[in-house]
Amino acid sequence: MTATETHASQWHTRDFPEAARDLLQDSQTRKNVQHATNVIQGKRNKVVAELPDWEELRESGAQVKAHVLRHLDHYLTQFEENCTRAGGHVHWAADAAEANRIILGLVQQHEAKEVIKIKTMTSEEIGLNRELEAHGIRPIETDLAELIIQMGKDRPSHFVAPALHVNRAQVRAMFQREMHLPELGEEPEDLATAARIYLREKYLRIKVAISGGNFLIADTGGLCIVESEGNGRMCLTLPDVLISLVGIEKVIPSFEDLEIFLQTLPRSATGERMNPYNSTWCGVHPGDGPKEFHVVLLDNGRSPILADREARQTLQCIRCAACLNACPVYHQTGGHAYESVYAGPIGAILTPQLHSMEEGRSLPYASSLCGACYQVCPVKINIPEVLIHLRGKVVQEDQATLMGKFSLWNIGMQAAAFLFKDASRLAMAERIGRVGQKALVSKNGFIEWMPLMLSGWTQTRDLKAMPEQSFRDWWAKEKAPGAKPADRSDHA
Amino acid sequence: MPEISDHRARILASIRVSLNKGMSPAQAEANIAAECANLDRKYVRTGTRATAGHDGLLELLTDRLLEYDAGVYRAAPEGIAAAVGEILAGRGKRGLAIPAGVPAEWLPQGYEFTLAEGFDAYQLDATEGVLTGCSVAIAETGSIVLQNAAAQGARILSLVPDYHLCVVFAGQIVEEVPEAFARLKATSTLPTTFISGPSATADIEMTRIKGVHGPRFLDVLLVV
Ligand code: SF4
Repeated sequence: MTATETHASQWHTRDFPEAARDLLQDSQTRKNVQHATNVIQGKRNKVVAELPDWEELRESGAQVKAHVLRHLDHYLTQFEENCTRAGGHVHWAADAAEANRIILGLVQQHEAKEVIKIKTMTSEEIGLNRELEAHGIRPIETDLAELIIQMGKDRPSHFVAPALHVNRAQVRAMFQREMHLPELGEEPEDLATAARIYLREKYLRIKVAISGGNFLIADTGGLCIVESEGNGRMCLTLPDVLISLVGIEKVIPSFEDLEIFLQTLPRSATGERMNPYNSTWCGVHPGDGPKEFHVVLLDNGRSPILADREARQTLQCIRCAACLNACPVYHQTGGHAYESVYAGPIGAILTPQLHSMEEGRSLPYASSLCGACYQVCPVKINIPEVLIHLRGKVVQEDQATLMGKFSLWNIGMQAAAFLFKDASRLAMAERIGRVGQKALVSKNGFIEWMPLMLSGWTQTRDLKAMPEQSFRDWWAKEKAPGAKPADRSDHA
Repeated sequence: MPEISDHRARILASIRVSLNKGMSPAQAEANIAAECANLDRKYVRTGTRATAGHDGLLELLTDRLLEYDAGVYRAAPEGIAAAVGEILAGRGKRGLAIPAGVPAEWLPQGYEFTLAEGFDAYQLDATEGVLTGCSVAIAETGSIVLQNAAAQGARILSLVPDYHLCVVFAGQIVEEVPEAFARLKATSTLPTTFISGPSATADIEMTRIKGVHGPRFLDVLLVV
């Protein structure tokens, strides 16, 4: 099985509504997710409000990122040139299989049986851990949350705090079992200390590390990694060999551009003025850090997104997860319902595009279009706009197939278009509707189930029954020239 | 390795097709530089507190550091060694590791300072802590920035020991993040670490818990 196949079979086994329904039954997970997202949101709002120039920072961040995407070929080759000059090795991987092949090759070349890893969503995206394990190499996650995920054989549900759906008591139970520490206390400090002791020996011993990267810096050929715990610094500094897997969209023009993102990213991601540690480095520095440094530039479906002018902004994302924390849908379902590496509003637009709209097709519908995601986004990605654009694409593609053309959804939409085009047709339909709905309306006045293709609508919402009188009827009777107004209290 | 360059060509071609690029490389480059220079950068570049003397800046930095649970101390330039001695006595330490370039005037009598140049992780793990200077400190975010330079050393030094004491001179403090970048620009290719408080995680129930893999204890000595 190739990496891409394993990847696909692990995620996207179900559509969003189906997966969400199960998760909504899990009240502990929901409580954990809601608690955690409320805490981060509160902190984020406070530290964002402190900055008088927040909007200017957002605007600059958006412009820098959009500029890079317009000239991505230029900035990538500039990065490559400078990184190589600084002693780094730059590899290019068009897809997940190639990225896995390159990384596996490097690990095997150094005869490593274990590697230490810093949290990276790109490695999750390409299914790297499974690929390494399949070849007898043990990947050890060093980020506390990733360690929790790995020990619990779980999946990340949030890309800043991947274990946000797990609470303290659950972590303690897991550490007691997996680290053989029956006496372990339940204070958060006890848990952090347990992780420190468990991992320290591994940092000192293991010779190959794998990381992602927050920013590729074109003018210096450097990388920047933003983190909290110091596990990142351990992986970047102690091993002999460092391999960084980074999406091609992560490049920024210059070192100084970090002055924008190092203000917006920490505030958006964890609600801190600055996260504990940021590291930047270029290639290999004698006497400081790894002796060998590799960057794997990953495309894996990104470059075709550039062709879609409206959706291109998706690639501006700096993975702060603020849109997840702000999203009312994510708040209810948590990350697993998206059945995708990238959850939440950004996942809903990124995932289907990374798969050329062949997977995750239900994700653009996993939103109420309330706009909260756009408001918090530090690089101003207009997620609702892209969602609607992608919904349009899904519909167009469906219509293009014979099956799709005769699907009930399409027939229904065509019928709606026909009705809405002409007032008298609509009035007629409304009259038929009022009679026809009688069998469906429950005692509470809502319609909770509708037949056939209309069931898709009521699967996620209850529908208010049609009123006895439509607004148009009322207007014709009361307000139109020549009408005889009835008692006003009727409509107050 | 032909296969790798093949992927390189494929990715670059795919990007160019998507972007509908037709310009010659030289002309394209001139346009890109001009476009980049014209991007909106209306955010705050310089702080306002320093104009009222250094006190405002010092206070802001102190507040931020205390919020992260770092220790903050002050000393006059001629009193650095004495202050270091007091801090170490308070922490119950007998000595610290130091990078090359730490001036003798920083080091009090009666404590053992070991030049840790070239120390590996095991050797550093066995020390009681490390004493360094810094390149710049940012008041607004409570950050100290270390680079691979004199009195700061390799990144491993401020990472593996459980305790870090950092000496910050008033002239090294700026208010805003962009001011720090203006100063770091000339040495932007050096290994650089922004440190904001002791190592911490927010991974368990979203609360900042001190002390994961980096130093669990951070003290900052402000020299005014
Ligand atoms: S889309 Fe915006 S808010 Fe969401 S993760 Fe990306 S940068 Fe953050």
